[in-house]
Amino acid sequence: MRHLIGIEDLSVAEIEALVATAEDIIDNPAKYAEVCHGKKLASLFYEPSTRTRLSFEAAMIELGGSVIGFSEAQSSSAAKGESVADTAKVISCFADIMVMRHFKEGAPMVASLNATVPVINAGDGGHNHPTQTLTDLLTIKREKGRFDNLTVGLCGDLKFGRTVHSLIAALSRYTGIKFVLISPTELMIPDYIKHDIIEKNGIDYVETTDLEAVMPELDILYMTRVQRERFFNEQDYIRLKDSYILSQSKLNLAKSDCIVMHPLPRVNEITVEVDSDPRACYFKQVLYGKYIRMALIKMLLEAAK
Amino acid sequence: MNIDSIKNGFVLDHIKPEKGMEIYCLLGLDGVDGMVALIRNAASRRMGRKDIIKVDAENLNIDLSVLGYIDPEMTVNVIKDGELVKKYHPELPEQITDVVKCKNPRCITSTEQELKHIFKLTDRETRTYRCVYCESKAKNQ
Repeated sequence: MRHLIGIEDLSVAEIEALVATAEDIIDNPAKYAEVCHGKKLASLFYEPSTRTRLSFEAAMIELGGSVIGFSEAQSSSAAKGESVADTAKVISCFADIMVMRHFKEGAPMVASLNATVPVINAGDGGHNHPTQTLTDLLTIKREKGRFDNLTVGLCGDLKFGRTVHSLIAALSRYTGIKFVLISPTELMIPDYIKHDIIEKNGIDYVETTDLEAVMPELDILYMTRVQRERFFNEQDYIRLKDSYILSQSKLNLAKSDCIVMHPLPRVNEITVEVDSDPRACYFKQVLYGKYIRMALIKMLLEAAK
Repeated sequence: MNIDSIKNGFVLDHIKPEKGMEIYCLLGLDGVDGMVALIRNAASRRMGRKDIIKVDAENLNIDLSVLGYIDPEMTVNVIKDGELVKKYHPELPEQITDVVKCKNPRCITSTEQELKHIFKLTDRETRTYRCVYCESKAKNQ
């Protein structure tokens, strides 16, 4: 049974095939309108989400399938103390594929070990969020036309930012990539990402606290939010939340073809004036997210036949 | 201190001092139906002091792969019919189960008690093991 728990579950060829399918869906939506007819997606969200949950649900509906599920732990059997393993076994009786977001790291993996249908990780705590990475990759392909020879600035919360970790893992498999890691000292990239992924793949990188200084060299600027829910201590969150704010004046330092990405939701790390700059891609990114999830659902259901 | 020679079983020699009891517990030697000796702080020319474990029992079914994680420099001597048939230093196991606990409070193992704590070897050079669920590094190495 194929699952998607971390982006490394997919080979480079599979990722490129998914991106190609998503691009075909964008060009020929009618061709895919019934490919999941009669199939059910279980949407198991133990943690609040707007974009990811609705994106998956919209994706399944646009493929002709239907959706069941819950959008908070309190309205599931988890509130009665049911384990993730048992939930996965139960949901396998109802659905053809399941999508799980959970506040505990590794929960979707536990589900995949117990389910008899494909499991997609829609975010597990601060750990993995592979479909956001697929979204990011489709965005990069559509907006930059390639995955190699790119200088990618990752800015903000690089410690708990799971989207950043997954994107680094995915791009580290291409040549000519350079990462510019921009964060306050307290939110620097974890050692295991730096040593086991970036350095192991021989990828060039720099760490800095100065966003403005590195702006002119970036092909992509990937902004992230400092997430309140990842902090045990409210004081630490308040101290760090406004570390980086991308304003129009800062963006003016960037190349004319640099693109600005953000997994959203944005709080104040990108000012609203930046939205109208043609380099701002974060709302297009949301739309691409739906298409890549359509491609993924289709692929996993075909693999499960 | 005299302990009889072994007929069938194994001797774990050159165990770092203080590690003997940990290994005794991890291997579940309290459940062995036979003779088991744990010698602590024995004199050693090479190490100064060492721990030794001797197990003499028929039909032993003990997984010794965890030893490489605890102490790869110890010596394992396997004995059959009173003869030494194999002597080796244990290798780092690819995976260890319920040997160390994941300390990450955000890991699913912190709330779901029935889950086994499984760690995989991710870097042989640095002897790094990571939790299969959350990828946190094993702490008490």
